[in-house]
Amino acid sequence: MSLRVLVGVKRVIDYAVKIRVRPDKLGVVTDGVKHSMNPFDEIAIEEAVRLKEKKIAKEVVAISCGPTQAQETIRTALAMGADRGIHVEIPAKEVEKLEPLHVAKIMAKLVEQEKADLVVLGKQAIDDDSNATAQMTAALLDWPQATFASKIEKTDGELQVTREVDGGLEIIKVKLPAVVSADLRLNEPRYATLPNIMKAKKKKIAKMKAADLGVDTSPHFEVLDVADPPVREAGIKVEDVDTLVTKLKDAGRI
Amino acid sequence: MLFDRLGLSLHYIKPRTTVTSKQQVKMFHGKELWQVVSMASRWTRASCSLTLNLYRWNKTFIHTSSCHRKCELTSKRYQVKRGNYNQINDQNIKFFTELLGPHRIIEGESELEGHNTDWLDTVRGVSSVLLKPKTTEEVSAILTYCNQHRLAVCPQGGNTGLVGGSVPVFDEIIISTNLMNKVENVDTWSGVVTCQSGCVLEALDQHVADFGLMVPLDLGAKGSCHIGGNVSTNAGGLRLLRYGNLHGSVLGVEAVLASGEVVDCMTAMKKDNTGYDLKHLFIGSEGTLGLVTKIAIHCPSRPQAVNLAFLGLSSYENVLKTYVAAKSKLGEILSSCEFIDRSSLECVEENLKLKPPISSHEYYMLIETSGSNGTHDEEKLNIFLEDVLGSGIVDDGTVASEPSRMLHIWGLRERIAEALHHEGYTYKYDISIPLSHFYKMVEDMREHLGSKIIRCCGYGHIGDGNLHLNITTEEFDKEVLNHIEPAVYEWTSKVKGSISAEHGLGFKKRNYIHYSKSSGAVTIMKQMKKLLDPNGILNPYKVLPDE
Repeated sequence: MSLRVLVGVKRVIDYAVKIRVRPDKLGVVTDGVKHSMNPFDEIAIEEAVRLKEKKIAKEVVAISCGPTQAQETIRTALAMGADRGIHVEIPAKEVEKLEPLHVAKIMAKLVEQEKADLVVLGKQAIDDDSNATAQMTAALLDWPQATFASKIEKTDGELQVTREVDGGLEIIKVKLPAVVSADLRLNEPRYATLPNIMKAKKKKIAKMKAADLGVDTSPHFEVLDVADPPVREAGIKVEDVDTLVTKLKDAGRI
Repeated sequence: MLFDRLGLSLHYIKPRTTVTSKQQVKMFHGKELWQVVSMASRWTRASCSLTLNLYRWNKTFIHTSSCHRKCELTSKRYQVKRGNYNQINDQNIKFFTELLGPHRIIEGESELEGHNTDWLDTVRGVSSVLLKPKTTEEVSAILTYCNQHRLAVCPQGGNTGLVGGSVPVFDEIIISTNLMNKVENVDTWSGVVTCQSGCVLEALDQHVADFGLMVPLDLGAKGSCHIGGNVSTNAGGLRLLRYGNLHGSVLGVEAVLASGEVVDCMTAMKKDNTGYDLKHLFIGSEGTLGLVTKIAIHCPSRPQAVNLAFLGLSSYENVLKTYVAAKSKLGEILSSCEFIDRSSLECVEENLKLKPPISSHEYYMLIETSGSNGTHDEEKLNIFLEDVLGSGIVDDGTVASEPSRMLHIWGLRERIAEALHHEGYTYKYDISIPLSHFYKMVEDMREHLGSKIIRCCGYGHIGDGNLHLNITTEEFDKEVLNHIEPAVYEWTSKVKGSISAEHGLGFKKRNYIHYSKSSGAVTIMKQMKKLLDPNGILNPYKVLPDE
């Protein structure tokens, strides 16, 4: 049973970069800022490549919805072991307004086109923390979903997935085809080695627009305000317990 | 579990000492410790003492807290005789308290444990007074007084030195630059930054980043070291290859002499040929000629595009060939060229659980490029990589331009010293030798020391011809030390190298200066010391050899 796996990868601001709020307070500064692949998407690609190495998957397709530079992100995925890429081009101005629902619709359409058997996504993107795309994609396709996966095993025609939930670990079986979202402890992504980086340059990346897939990317949300979190105030030292109690009472804490 | 009962976080416990049925307990990770302790409880409690080593996390740097295993007193281990200085008395304390206020004088040996020992746990003094001045005037008042009363002092910045130069040997008064951390001016046109000597290097770099500049100096200790300490020791670091050393980038220095006299050599001009350039006396003299209070440093523009390649090679010959190729193909954008051997990387993997990006190789190199145009730099880098990979001199590697990935890869190089520290005691050598002999020294020493040691490894700034030779044993062993020294210095001297490329002489290497400097030169150094510090109160027992 050889699966075709679609993996979504998102180009986000690198997590080691200091984020600055734009002067118009409607977003963050992205010009000239270093971007990289969403860490959870790296884990998703790594899992898909491992499935291919175990001969459970036959092809891994990396998909990214984003501006022209998203191709670099796809190249990284190809260097990690994906076979080919699909770049759904979103004009730079609209990238910020792209919502999980749009991405889910795009993924659903591509699943139909590519006749995929498994979709693996990162559980959330580190820029918007939505944690919605995998769930929405599954709903649109009417496929089972296994989110926050920390372990994936294949049993005949089904996947046994260990999920990380608030109470601990939950093990579920999902029938294929399915959508899985990768959590942090699923695996440790490999670094793309130089020979693979060279090979990746020759792999194909198909380009298309959201409209080609019949998906309307007009926003449903409007961002009103983006602000820095409040600055942490300095604490004060008190001389004795009585003063502490008085101060707590004054602040209405006790 | 044990950790929950002790209320300790597993994250902070690291493996340390060895288990015997009598005294100490071996610290393993998680579940193994539980097994050891349950075994221990079967023996009598009295015969088992648990040694906990708590490490405070400080971004890129770890500094042991006061719970660390106490190392032997420097004066005892190295048989040092106390100089002719007065003992501190209550009158002196009263003066300092009046000068600085009760909150800026710390007293008591137990309070000062962290300040009396270096972070490598290799030298320990017995100072009982630490002063925290805020201004040059206060430093001047302190030194005037100490000079009058013949009290020895030990200037201390971040205490990250590796040759025991930053801690007292006896009861020297520690003068800390911790509170002298103001950045006075950033001139965005010229890139000259003026600041006090107690600014933490990383904090200073982040401050000037807002202006599009960078401090021309980078080292593993950046989260803790002070720029004053860097200047006083003429620190080298990872980017010397590109930005040169501090004698070139420091434009002005303000220092206080032992007499309390303030020597103002501050200027923000790049060019100033007016008389003898005294500031160079304070750069690299490790606090023995004056206490640096302010500096003016020229900061280059922060590069727009940085790329980092991590390569795996099979022979040292290939390392040299790659270095030559890097110089010719990457030339103007090359900003760092580092070298790590297999043993060093294994140490990082084992002790810090950091995963390298490629499989195991005999040698590794880190090559960093910094430039103003990402596309151009990537093209140059790709040509270089295709060339070295194609010709087979490099076996494998990875390249990254994302800050998060670069941080991780740099961690593999910057944290080697920390990883080695986990094994027990590190004998650290920092030598400049001709590139052709670089690795031969490591191999020779490894053979020479045989099984007496845990590890003998080499890594360093190959771009500068600077090797860091490190040898580890579980505990300090005088026999091993005598086996290493002076053999390592003689080896270095034979190839006309420097016995201390960037770490300085401090306390540990002061008596070996003649391996790299002529006796005539050393005599003039002693004369200058006598001229600028007649009572010898500034950082005694350091830099210059004992009589």
